[in-house]
Amino acid sequence: MSDLFTMAVTVNGTRYERRVEPRMLLSDFLRHELGLTGTHVGCEHGVCGTCTIVLDGEPVRSCLMFAVQADGHNILTVEGLGTSENLHPLQQAFSDAHALQCAFCTPGFLMTLAPFLEKNPAPSEGEIREAIAGNLCRCTGYQNIVEAVKLAAEKMGREK
Amino acid sequence: MKPAPFTYYAPNQLEEALNLLAEHGYDAKVLAGGQSLVPTMNFRLAQPSVLVDLNRISELFYIHPGPDGDLLIGAMTRQSRVEHDPLVAGRAPLVHEAMPHIAHPQIRNRGTFGGCIAHADPAAELPAVSLALDARFRVRSRSGERWIPASEFFVGFFTTALEPDELLVEIALPPIPPRCGYSFQEVARRHGDYALVGVAATVTLDQGGRCHHARLVFLSVGDGPVEARQAEETLRGQVPSPELIRAAAEAAASTDVDPSSDIHASADYRRHLVRVLTRKTLQQAFERAGMEMDE
Repeated sequence: MSDLFTMAVTVNGTRYERRVEPRMLLSDFLRHELGLTGTHVGCEHGVCGTCTIVLDGEPVRSCLMFAVQADGHNILTVEGLGTSENLHPLQQAFSDAHALQCAFCTPGFLMTLAPFLEKNPAPSEGEIREAIAGNLCRCTGYQNIVEAVKLAAEKMGREK
Repeated sequence: MKPAPFTYYAPNQLEEALNLLAEHGYDAKVLAGGQSLVPTMNFRLAQPSVLVDLNRISELFYIHPGPDGDLLIGAMTRQSRVEHDPLVAGRAPLVHEAMPHIAHPQIRNRGTFGGCIAHADPAAELPAVSLALDARFRVRSRSGERWIPASEFFVGFFTTALEPDELLVEIALPPIPPRCGYSFQEVARRHGDYALVGVAATVTLDQGGRCHHARLVFLSVGDGPVEARQAEETLRGQVPSPELIRAAAEAAASTDVDPSSDIHASADYRRHLVRVLTRKTLQQAFERAGMEMDE
């Protein structure tokens, strides 16, 4: 076994310090070390997008980073997006528009789309489809996901 | 699906990284954005015993103009930053046009400009683009520094002229001459997938409206970026016309490329795409260079 590294990372506003092997993937760190199992692991080679998290404000694949690389950085996972009592407008829109069936891919879509809507609050359908091009969903056919993003954008625009 | 163990270094200084590469040579792998390396490590197709992570070396992240009109890009600059940078859009519009074709937004947030070039994937966009632009690469090692032109950098399948102790640190994109046009296009089954065929084209017209210089570089049709020399020769010194473009496209498809068949596309289909993409990119490039073109 290789040496352990001490790392400190802020996840959903909480600072965690852990000792990890450098080969531990960030996705496994979030799930196994921190117990934040909302981040799902699908392909583990950067294709499916279900492990997407927000790193310093930008969506990235957590399966393509080592946990040690997150040392000193700020992470948002789906657990930090909303609570079951107080859903994020995107989560509410996914529910309202039936944008999920099995829901395995949903955390990845949400963490891709939350920063996207912050940067582009009134996206066109084409821009939405481009934004989610890196996330696979095998249930919905994407149509209702696109509808949900439109719905969320509308709602978030009204609330501003 | 978990990487094999390795010794990890994350130096803050470039000098430190160069020392580590000098010390570990072929045993060491450089970790830039990791968007290609980490998947191959997850599959254990790559099992480097030493990983030198460049992500803490802040001096490798930049985009700024160089002294002689070049645009200089630090090797660790994230692809998403290059994609949205106004300086790149203005001075290297071919790069700007190609960036959104690289994988997906999440990948580009992490993937680096230099990493894509040093990895030298034959299906990657930036090796072809840098060759089409006559980019030059600044390479450092513990013992010194050298510049490698793009035309000498890509030597084969995932292989570059970099020695194991050398690191790509900077990409220099030369200024665009007057009456220059460009175009980047590719065909992929889904946006963000590896291209079945892609092409980066640049053309320059002389004052009489003849094609003074043309560069056509293909991706996904060979061991690396493939320059279509016969097509370029067809264009040189000629007045651009639909007939000339068709002749160049024919030369590119029948002589310049020798694509292989795989599960995604047959060699014949790739040849067909080379023909079509050559026509489309040349048309657009000549128009952007100031020609009025009727199809």
